[in-house]
Amino acid sequence: MKDRLNTIKSNAETELNSAADLKALESLRVKYLGKKGELTAVMKGMGGLSKEERPVIGQLANTVRGFIESALEEKKKALTEKAKELKLMAETIDVALPGRMTEMGAKHPLNTVLDDLQDIFIGMGFSIVEGPEVELDYYNFEALNLPPDHPARDTQDTFYINDNVLLRTQTSPVQVRVMEKQKPPIRIISPGRVYRSDTVDATHSPVFHQVEGLVIDKGITMADLKGTLEVFAKKLYGDDTRLRFRPHHFPFTEPSAEVDISCFNCKGEGCNICKGEGWIEILGCGMVHPKVLRNCGIDPEVYSGFAFGMGLERVTMFRYGIKDLRLFYENDLQFLKQFKI
Amino acid sequence: MNLPLSWLKDYMNTDGISEQEYADRLTMSGSIVEGIKNLGAEFKNVVVGRITKIEKHPDADKLVVCQVDVGDEEIQIVTGAPNVFEGAVVPVAKHKSTLPGGVKITKGKLRGVVSYGMMCSTDELGISKERATGILILPDDTPIGEDITHTLGLDESVAEFEITSNRPDCMSIIGLARETAATFARDFKIPEIKPTGNDEDVNDYAAVEIADSKLCSRFTARAVKNVRIGPSPKWMQNRLTAAGLRAINNVVDITNYIMLEYGQPMHAYDLDHVEGRKIIVRNAGDGEMLETLDDKPRELKSCMIAISDEKRAIGVAGVMGGANSEVTDGTTTVLFESACFNPVLVRRGAKALGMRTDASALFEKGLDSENCLPAINRACELLQDMGGGEVIGGVIDVYPVKKQNTVLPFEPEKINKFLGTDIPESDMIEYLGRLEFEVKDGSVIVPTFRGDIESMADIAEEVARLYGYDNLPVTMMQGRVVVGGKTFKQKAVDSIRNTLTACGLYEAMTYSFIDPKEFKQTRVPMDNVVKISNPLGEENSVMRTSMLSSIIKTLKVNYNRRASSAKIFEIGMTYNPIGETLPDERQVVALGMYGKVDFFDLKGIVQNLLNRLGISGAAFETEKENPSYHPGRCAKITAGGKTIGCMGQIHPAVADSFKIDTEIYAAELDLNTMLELATFDRTYKPLPKFPASSRDIALVVEKDISVGEIEKIINSVSSDILEKVKLFDVYEGEQVGENKKSVAYSLTYRAADRTLTDDEVSGMTDRILAALKDGVNAELR
Repeated sequence: MKDRLNTIKSNAETELNSAADLKALESLRVKYLGKKGELTAVMKGMGGLSKEERPVIGQLANTVRGFIESALEEKKKALTEKAKELKLMAETIDVALPGRMTEMGAKHPLNTVLDDLQDIFIGMGFSIVEGPEVELDYYNFEALNLPPDHPARDTQDTFYINDNVLLRTQTSPVQVRVMEKQKPPIRIISPGRVYRSDTVDATHSPVFHQVEGLVIDKGITMADLKGTLEVFAKKLYGDDTRLRFRPHHFPFTEPSAEVDISCFNCKGEGCNICKGEGWIEILGCGMVHPKVLRNCGIDPEVYSGFAFGMGLERVTMFRYGIKDLRLFYENDLQFLKQFKI
Repeated sequence: MNLPLSWLKDYMNTDGISEQEYADRLTMSGSIVEGIKNLGAEFKNVVVGRITKIEKHPDADKLVVCQVDVGDEEIQIVTGAPNVFEGAVVPVAKHKSTLPGGVKITKGKLRGVVSYGMMCSTDELGISKERATGILILPDDTPIGEDITHTLGLDESVAEFEITSNRPDCMSIIGLARETAATFARDFKIPEIKPTGNDEDVNDYAAVEIADSKLCSRFTARAVKNVRIGPSPKWMQNRLTAAGLRAINNVVDITNYIMLEYGQPMHAYDLDHVEGRKIIVRNAGDGEMLETLDDKPRELKSCMIAISDEKRAIGVAGVMGGANSEVTDGTTTVLFESACFNPVLVRRGAKALGMRTDASALFEKGLDSENCLPAINRACELLQDMGGGEVIGGVIDVYPVKKQNTVLPFEPEKINKFLGTDIPESDMIEYLGRLEFEVKDGSVIVPTFRGDIESMADIAEEVARLYGYDNLPVTMMQGRVVVGGKTFKQKAVDSIRNTLTACGLYEAMTYSFIDPKEFKQTRVPMDNVVKISNPLGEENSVMRTSMLSSIIKTLKVNYNRRASSAKIFEIGMTYNPIGETLPDERQVVALGMYGKVDFFDLKGIVQNLLNRLGISGAAFETEKENPSYHPGRCAKITAGGKTIGCMGQIHPAVADSFKIDTEIYAAELDLNTMLELATFDRTYKPLPKFPASSRDIALVVEKDISVGEIEKIINSVSSDILEKVKLFDVYEGEQVGENKKSVAYSLTYRAADRTLTDDEVSGMTDRILAALKDGVNAELR
């Protein structure tokens, strides 16, 4: 009987090892441990054993049973794992097949860049102010030290509605309106649409956008102007951007400057973006002219300030390498779809 | 302004300054150099030749065959120019030569006859912009074979300046030389003008009267007799050519030369043609006629200043002289004028005549009356030096009020505080001195030629630009903290953009002015609009009052380019006159789409947008009256008693007028109204603790009953357990009968404090069904 148990054990071990799937495993369990199973038969036959033999064989039978049970369990676990793996293998897909994309739209590239500019200035404590596009001559010119018959009016070909009303040629009138209403400290940017009767070509449009800034407080210096614009340029074009301030003339600032940045493409070496100059002109600026302050009821003996202005189209064209300004107003989806930012 | 660099040497030492350094440093000190051109660099193989023989072309009536001596050889050239003659000295572009603009000349055949080059006209040589009618004929004594750039004085570097309108003093060689010397800290000196004039008195020759001192602040005049009109010397011609002017004759060339050198426009009259030998500066009369030097008759207006003699106008002051007193080859007595006219009147006069001349461009910026006298004396010196005539003694100088120097307080501390610098006072004085500002007894005496200097800020700029803008420190603003950030409106607009792009729309930007025709096309009334008085063209002449045509045009662009579908939006301004000086500017959120879309795609987007803005309870009501939209597919959108806008299918006839042959959908939403209704406040509701129960009901109703009505009834059955009403099917067909439709809803119930019983749910559903039966005769299907 002892031999028989040992044989069962070794047979079971062999057969279990070679069981291929869970179904085969189940039939082995029935074969050995089932009601009519081999081991069960041995256990049933134990009644005929002697008193001395019974505990010995009984113990052996239990060991064999325990062995088979745990072997079955182990094998079952292994086979289950394997079955799962096979299932996963069968579920393999080609991940290179295209994704199902929900079509997302995009902001106009000009607004994307405007958002960036606004974020930079908001970070420096600026607010954003808007004003009318159909504007009084007074706010657009006269209050800005451009009286009638001033030769500098020629440089801004103006659309007129009538003698006193025009389409603003710059967003500066917003600054005047703010200065009239708000006491310093003032720290604003005024983005918006402006109009000049320029014939349309790759770099001109009768409608375009400016972003102007104005800071007025006690003790504001030209060095502060340089500092503010340096922060702006580095945030927009990268930390290695260098600035160059060139003296210039604007009727509403004194001293005035034009600002160039080192070309972000060639880093100042000269390339076709900067036309070999290494520098790109991006904005005009200056200390607010004392006459302008006085026109707005701010005492230039007490307060000083600076102003700056840039063309949004120009900044955006440089940012994305766009060569033709007309694309901004054509609204071809093939163009707009390139700026999902 | 063009500055031939060699001209600087008249006033300063320029040794050791390279062209690049010159351009860079002048630009950084405020005189913008746009480029330095060597005019001669564009020429190759162009020389002086003499025509030795001219024969008819055998096969062409209008061509001739010339033999031309070019020094080292004689070459054959075929030309069609009418002004060639045997013995003429002409510029010759030889075989394999280059002319300005990169034009390459090689030998070729003209009607079968070989031509080994080309004889050139002024425009081909790049020294005149106008098309010339014939070959440039050079003086007889020009050396044959000489390089043409030398002959024409083009072997010269010329700096091109962009001079800003506040610095008319820099519209002159002397002014630029002064800036150059100041920039490089070198000595600057204007050579002394030799006194001229015989024993006679100019007052015996002519008289000048200024009728109104507002017209003219100073008028100087000098006379020259026994004038011999002829070409000016080559050095002068070369300088004029290099600066971009054309040489004419000695007297005219001198006036142009002085304008370049001193920035003082001059005029020369044939004194024998000045009636009564008297010049009167007066207002022109309306309708007064004058033939100007360009031989065109002009009708004058009273806004102009006329120069007249005792009988008639002989010039428009500061703009152009008259043909009636023009210096001609027969002129023997010349009266030079060097005057200072009212800048505003010159500007208006030039504008009214539509002729902006070099002179008017200078005068309108306001010139220095102190400059008149040196300029006219220099003109006389030049004419005398070249033996062009005998200068009469004395000067007529009508100068009612002598110009005074502006005197400002010298405030070095204020300047440093303004600039954020620490520049020593002595350095400031030195910088100012270089620019001929004198600092004396705590004051700055501003030179008369600097009319732009009016205050401390102006002085600060002079100091800063010579100190160097790049040397100014870079600091961050000090002082009071200012709170920045976006307003509610700006945040809402951001939210609108984000929502619409998330819904798959692309943002467009269009011009704010449109074609008046588009009002008709879109059926938008045009009785009250803002019109541009000087538009670029009719198509851009009226400010839009609606976004419709803008949005349709954007769709059209993409439709025409065969995009199968397009979804776009624009947050655009409309301009509505409201009887005040300025119109009401209202922003409209406009949506537009075509392709695989219908009304409900667009409505879903609008609903998304309203949800995002926290606008609840918006109603979409049938709108049949809006002529721009399909009468059966248009909704008016309202909320909180306010009209937000409308949406729907664009009327096919409107689409057709834009030549779009597909259904297009659009929405126009008023931004301000949405902002009034919008809120970003949200209140947290505890998450449900108890399960929901739902019941689906399918109702059969009359076909024309709107689901809006059904939902209104469902919601009106007061219930705090009805959580959600969701339409999931609408069906029309045989199974429900004619003129009927089936609508199916899923009703979701939930209580916050308990699990609902079946009885409660069924009871509520029965009440709803009863109300529906009552209200719209709905039968449960």
